[in-house]
Amino acid sequence: MNGMFWALAAPALALTASVTGMLLFGLRDFQRQGVCLLLTMSGLSAVVAGITGLLAPQAVATLPIGLPWLPMHIRLDALAGFFLLVIGLLVSAVSLYSVGYMRQLADRHNLTTLYIFMPLFVTGMLGVVIADDAYSFMISWELMSIASYFLVTFEHEQEANRKAGFLYLLMAHLGGLLILGSFAVLYTAGGSFEFDAMRTAELAPTWASVTFLLALCGFGMKAGLMPLHAWLPEAHPVAPSNASALMSGIMIKVAICGFLRVVWDLTGLENAAWWWGGLVLMAGSTSAVGGVLLALQQHDLKRLLAYHSVENIGIIAIGLGLGMIFAHYDYSTLAALGLVAALYHTLNHALFKGLLFMGAGAVLHSAHTRNMEQLGGLIRRMPRTAVLFLVGCISISALPPFNGFVSEWLTFQAALMAPQLKGTVLSALIPFSAAMLALAGALAAACFVKVFGIVFQGMPRSQSAAEAHEVDGWMQLGMAIPAVLCLLLGVLPVMVIPLIDAVPKILVHATLGESVASSGWLWLTPIAQERASYSPLIVLGALLLAGCTFLFIHFRSGVKRRTALWSCGHPDLNAHMQYTATSFSQPLRRIFANLYQPHDKLLRSDYGNTLLVKKIRYQVHVQDLIWRYLYIPIRQITEWLTRRVDWLHERSIHGYLTFTFITLLILLGMLI
Amino acid sequence: MSLWIWNLIEALLIIGIAPLMTAFVKKLKARLQNRQGPPLLQGYRNLIKLFARQPVLASQASWLFRAAPYVIFAATALAAAIMPVILVDTPLTAAADIIALVALLALARFFTALAAMDVGTAFGGMGASREMTFAALTEPAMLMSIFVLSMVAQSTNITAMIDMVLTPELTLRPSLAFALAALVLVTIAETGRIPVDNPATHLELTMVHEAMILEYSGRYLALIEWANQIKLLLFATLILNLFFPWGIAIYPYTTAILIAAVAWLGKLLVLFVLLALFETWMAKMRIFRVPEYLGLAFLLAILGMLTHYILEVGV
Repeated sequence: MNGMFWALAAPALALTASVTGMLLFGLRDFQRQGVCLLLTMSGLSAVVAGITGLLAPQAVATLPIGLPWLPMHIRLDALAGFFLLVIGLLVSAVSLYSVGYMRQLADRHNLTTLYIFMPLFVTGMLGVVIADDAYSFMISWELMSIASYFLVTFEHEQEANRKAGFLYLLMAHLGGLLILGSFAVLYTAGGSFEFDAMRTAELAPTWASVTFLLALCGFGMKAGLMPLHAWLPEAHPVAPSNASALMSGIMIKVAICGFLRVVWDLTGLENAAWWWGGLVLMAGSTSAVGGVLLALQQHDLKRLLAYHSVENIGIIAIGLGLGMIFAHYDYSTLAALGLVAALYHTLNHALFKGLLFMGAGAVLHSAHTRNMEQLGGLIRRMPRTAVLFLVGCISISALPPFNGFVSEWLTFQAALMAPQLKGTVLSALIPFSAAMLALAGALAAACFVKVFGIVFQGMPRSQSAAEAHEVDGWMQLGMAIPAVLCLLLGVLPVMVIPLIDAVPKILVHATLGESVASSGWLWLTPIAQERASYSPLIVLGALLLAGCTFLFIHFRSGVKRRTALWSCGHPDLNAHMQYTATSFSQPLRRIFANLYQPHDKLLRSDYGNTLLVKKIRYQVHVQDLIWRYLYIPIRQITEWLTRRVDWLHERSIHGYLTFTFITLLILLGMLI
Repeated sequence: MSLWIWNLIEALLIIGIAPLMTAFVKKLKARLQNRQGPPLLQGYRNLIKLFARQPVLASQASWLFRAAPYVIFAATALAAAIMPVILVDTPLTAAADIIALVALLALARFFTALAAMDVGTAFGGMGASREMTFAALTEPAMLMSIFVLSMVAQSTNITAMIDMVLTPELTLRPSLAFALAALVLVTIAETGRIPVDNPATHLELTMVHEAMILEYSGRYLALIEWANQIKLLLFATLILNLFFPWGIAIYPYTTAILIAAVAWLGKLLVLFVLLALFETWMAKMRIFRVPEYLGLAFLLAILGMLTHYILEVGV
C-alpha cells in the first residue's frame, strides 16, 4: 500500500471518529474509547503517510468528490509529508492522553460536542496539508477554523469563553478572507484553481508581492505572528487542554504549512522581492521577543503557554525569513539551511508545546486551577507528570541535549552566514535578529524556571494543590511519547535532518545533503566541520555519567539528615512567604517597564500607625499593548465609520428604491 | 589517540587548578585591602571538608534539589573539557561550538535556579529571579560579541576562531576591540563578580548567586562551589584564548604544550591581578543599575558588529 492510501486513510479515520462520536451518544465509555482509538489510528496513518511522503517521490490523486467542474485534488509531496508527520505524531499522543483526560472531564460536562468537533478539526488540518487545489484547501481550512471554534467555546457557560470564541472566529475569518484573496490573485494569473496551474503561472512582480502580503497576513493571523496574535492568548487557554495541545501544537503549524505552500511553492521564491524575507524576519523577531516578554507576566499557566506559542512561531519565522533572504540572493544551500532550521523548530515546537499543554491539563485536572499563584509543590504529589513537564521546560528553553536547542542552533548557524550577502542592508539586519533570538531564548529559560519553580516546586499555595494526585496511565503515556521524542530529536539530529531535507529539495531546489553528517553520525555539521559542529550525544553522555554518579552516591550514602528550612530565626515559614509568579517576574517588569506599562496598586490597612500593618495587598496588571495601540483604535474607527453610514439604513421605501436605481446605473456604466 | 589524552589532561588541568586560581584572587584582594587572606590552598581544603561532611537537606527538598548539583557540575566540567586551553583542535572541541558552549553554561544556570526554587524560601526565589533576569540580558550581549568574532573567522568553531586571530595577516580590527570590551563586561556579570554581584557576601539583600545556593551543604555545596570556580577560570580562558591566543600550542608536541601551559598561566595571573585590582577599586552597584550595565555591554557588542560591517566587510 502506498503513501497516498495512508494519506487518505488519516482524514477518513478522523472523519469516522467524528461520526462515531455522534452515533455513540449516551454510551459514555464506548464513545470516548472509540473516538480516541480511531483518532490514534488516524494519527498513526498520518505518520506513515508523512514518512512515505518525505522519502518517496511525490504522488497526486483526484477524488471523485467536490464541485462538478472541480473534483478535489490531493498531493503527497515532501512538504505535505513533513506536516503530516508533525500532525500525526501529536494527534496520536494527544488521543491517548484524551482517553484519560476526557474520563474525568465527563463527570462535569456532556462531551459529545468535543467528540464530534475534535476529530473534524483534525480532518480539517490533514486536509489543508494534502490539498492540491484552492477549493479543497479553503474547505479544509474553514473546517479547521470552525471546528476549533466549538472547541474554544466548549465551556460556553462562562462569558469570557464566549468572547474569546467570538474574537477567534472573527480573526480566523478575516485571515481566511486574506488567504482567499491571495488565491484569487494566483487564480487570475494561472486560470485554474488547481495548484499545478498556479505554480506554472507567470506573475507580475507587483502581483507576486500582493499575493505574498495577503498570504503573510492571512496565515500570520492563524499562526499568531505579532501583531496579529490577539486571539491566540484568549482562545488557547479556554479550550479543554487536549484541544489546546492540538491548537497550539499543530494548528498554528498548519498555517506555516499554508504559508510555505502559497509563498514558497505556488508563488515561487524566484518571484520574490528583496524585502519579503526582511519583512518575515522582522515579524519573526518581534514575535519572538514580544511573545516571551508577555508570557513572563502571565500567571495563568495555559495563557502563559499560549504566549510562548507566539514566541516560537516567531523563531520559526526567523528561520523562514533567513531562508527567503538567502533564496533571493541565490544562495540556495543557505536557504535550505534556514528552511530546515524552521522546519526542525516546527516539529520540535509541536512536540514540546503539546507536551506542556498536556502537562498543564494534568495540573488543572488534579489541582483544579490554572492560576500559578494557587499551585506549588506538585513535584511531590505528581512525580511523573513533573518529570515529563520538566522535559518540556528544558526543551522549550533551548538547552542541550534536548531538541529545542538543535533548532535554535541551526537558526543561529543560518544567521551567521549573513556576511555572505556582501554589503546589503539585510546582512546587517540579520545579526540583530540573531541577538533577538538569543534574548528570546534566555527569557524563555527565565520563564520556564518560573513555571516549573512556582507550579511544581516549593510549598503548595492552596488546599487543592496540597491535595493534588498523580494522573492516570493514559495521560502519562500521552505525555511520555512527546517527551521521549523531544530527547531523541535532541540527540539524533543527524538522523532526522536527512529526512527533512526532502522539503528544501522541492521548495528551493537545494539540500544540505552530505554536509550534515560529513564527519560521521556523531557530529552535526550543517555546513562544514570547520564551520561549526555539535555533538549532542557527548553532552548526553556527560549528563548520564553525572546521573549515574548521583544515583550511586545516593543509594550508597543511605540515611539523609533532614531538618526544617533555615528561616533566619523566624519561627516557621509558610507557603505565603515564598516567591510568587508575580514577584519572580518583577525585575523584568521593572526593566521593561516601557514595554509593559504595568498598572499596579498597593492597598494597605494598618492599626492607626503605618508601622502596625494589618494587611498589605499588591495588585499588578500588565496588558498586551497591541490592544491599546492597534486593536482598540481599529474598533473605534470601525464604529465611527458605521455611525457615519447608519443613516442609510433608516430610509423610507423611496429612499431604498433610489439606492437600487443608482446601483443599477453604476453597474450599467461599468458594462459600457 | 594521543589527542584524546591531551584533551583529558587539559580538562583535568582547568578543573584541577580552578580552586587554586579562585583562592589566588581572594588572597590578592585581601592583601590589597590590608588583610592577611586565606592561604592559597584554602580552596582545596574547603572542598575536601565539604565532601566529607554529611549533607543536611530541608524537609521538603525534592530529588531535583539533590540531582541539580551533579548536573551543574557535569555541564560546567564538560564546557571546560570542550574549551581549548593550551592545545587547539582537541577532539572534544568539535562536540560543541561556542554557541553550544554558552548553552551548556545556560543549562547549569537553569538547574541552579530550579534548585533554588525547590525548597520554597524567599531567598531562593529572589536569587533565581534575579539570576535569570540578568542572564536574559547577558546572553544576547555575550552572543553578539562572540558573533563579531565568528563573522570575522567565518566559523563558530572555537579552534577556527583562535586560528583566525593567530594568522599573521590579521589586520587591526576595531570591531574586535568592541567585542572584547563587551565580553569583559559580560564575564564580570556571568561569573558574579563585583560590581554585579559580590562573591564574598552571605545574607545581603542584594546577593544573587549566594542566595540561590543558601540551602545547600556538604558534597552538594562542594560540587556547586567547584563548578563556580571552574566557570570563572573558563570565562578567563575564553577571553584570553579568543583575543590573546599567542603561545597556544597548535600541534601536540610536548615542548609546545609546556610553553603553552606557561603562557596560559602567565596570562591568567595578569588577568586575575587586574580582576583583584578592579574588585578592590569598585563598589558593588545597586541591583537595578545592573540592567544599564548589561545594556552597555550589549551596545558595545552591537557597535562591534556595525563596525565590522561598515569598516571591514566593505559595503
